Amino acid sequence: MQNQSITQRLANPTRFMQLTDWLMPLTAAIAVVVIAAGLYLALFVAPPDYQQGETVKIMFIHVPSAWLGMMGYLMIAISSFGLLVFRHPLADVSAKAAAPIGAAFTLLALITGSLWGKPMWGTYWVWDARLTSVLILFFLYLGLMALRSALDDESLAAKQAAVLGLVGVVILPIIKFSVDWWNTLHQPASVVKLDGPAIHSSILVPLLVNAVGFSILFLALHMKAMRNEVLRRRVKALRLAEVERAAKRERTAAAPAE
Amino acid sequence: MLAMIDLGPHAAYIWGSYGAVALVLAALVAWLWFDGRRQRRLLAELESRGVRRRSDRG
Amino acid sequence: MSGFMRLLRRDLLLAWREGGALGTALGFYLVVVALMPLGLGPDLNLLSRIASGILWVALLLAALLSLPRIFETDADDGALDVMALGTLPLELVAGAKSLAHWISTGIPLAIMAPVLGVLLNLEVRAYPLLFATMLAGTPAISFLGAIGAALTIRARRGGLLLALLVLPLYVPTLIFGITAINAALLSPDGFAASFLILSAISLVSVVLGPIAAAAALRTQME
Repeated sequence: MQNQSITQRLANPTRFMQLTDWLMPLTAAIAVVVIAAGLYLALFVAPPDYQQGETVKIMFIHVPSAWLGMMGYLMIAISSFGLLVFRHPLADVSAKAAAPIGAAFTLLALITGSLWGKPMWGTYWVWDARLTSVLILFFLYLGLMALRSALDDESLAAKQAAVLGLVGVVILPIIKFSVDWWNTLHQPASVVKLDGPAIHSSILVPLLVNAVGFSILFLALHMKAMRNEVLRRRVKALRLAEVERAAKRERTAAAPAE
Repeated sequence: MLAMIDLGPHAAYIWGSYGAVALVLAALVAWLWFDGRRQRRLLAELESRGVRRRSDRG
Repeated sequence: MSGFMRLLRRDLLLAWREGGALGTALGFYLVVVALMPLGLGPDLNLLSRIASGILWVALLLAALLSLPRIFETDADDGALDVMALGTLPLELVAGAKSLAHWISTGIPLAIMAPVLGVLLNLEVRAYPLLFATMLAGTPAISFLGAIGAALTIRARRGGLLLALLVLPLYVPTLIFGITAINAALLSPDGFAASFLILSAISLVSVVLGPIAAAAALRTQME
């Protein structure tokens, strides 16, 4: 028991359900508190940017959404790897649960981005490298969900989605570096840089608080979605067992003792 | 309280983005919540009918 | 003759004898390109400016139409299971079938593109560039498309799903294919960078595509 790693200990769905039974509400509560603090800092404390004016407030939710859209895909890719290589029993539950959540954050990054673009760039949408690659990320999420819904056999769907998930992972570095590789309208990375962030702390602090809050929220949502998925599979297994038992009963009734 | 903040000429865009985030996240939470309740109800129904998992039978 | 070459020859022969599939793809290509001026209006200046983009997008759509053929018939009649049991690794099977698709569909579509350029008033000096970029870019279309084709063999509504899965993967090819042509038309030395990236994408796809397609095929045979 002591030698088992945490992922091994979590491999048992029953133990996962026991653990997340209290961990999920706790995480959700922490997320609410941190996001409340982040929103307070963003709306009431952070000064207007000297270039962007008050629209910088959109950045406080745009940037965390975009990060989490990418993190969601990273989660799917790691889970896919876990399924295909280690056959971890919860890996597919994790990959399936992360898809709609990651898609929602990616969609939010696109919506808030275009609402910021209209007053700042004068247009809701430009076809620059960063925007296009995030849009592709959104399509990948849609493709993953569509592939699952098109396959009836759940274990086949799991493996097929894992293959697609790993193929799509090449998009992540393209998104991350698209603003550096191509000279585009979207501003280059300003928070995660080798020589330290390029923005003032009065803007950076609320941004980071919100990013941490959104990440914790993501974890809570992901745990909840995984719990739902485990329950859904139990329901499915029980239904199957019920049908099998009924069929057996019918067979014994049809062939009376000889 | 929120109405007191003056966000300048682009306030509609700013509130629009915060509104979109609130709306989408609320929809996500609601979906997860109701989905979870639905699965629990189905599970309880099956168990009350005496259907057990193989691992529970011992 | 190695198993790879034998499989390639067999698939090419099948594609040649079927014939209809290639005709459909070329016909579809023609019709899509012919519809564009009807939708955009017959402004020749506008058409010649966006001709390379139209030709590329229509080529993607026409190729998409033919992708299911890579694995579908062999999966239906069980030939694929036999190939999986054979000595040739499944990655090479997928590679041979993708290569056959490129030779039987990608190259004819690339040859057809400059011909269709006439309909769109494409500049004369763009013709060789168009053909070169398409020849360099279409391997990515066949080899990445094989991944989608392998994933959707057993899916319901496979054709539509295939488009949703594969088109996002085609975006880099499309972007660099068109920037290469446009850069070359603007300046004499603007061509090389985009063309090299386009070729790199194709080379990566040639490696990645068969590996992923074989993984997808294997999950269905377990």
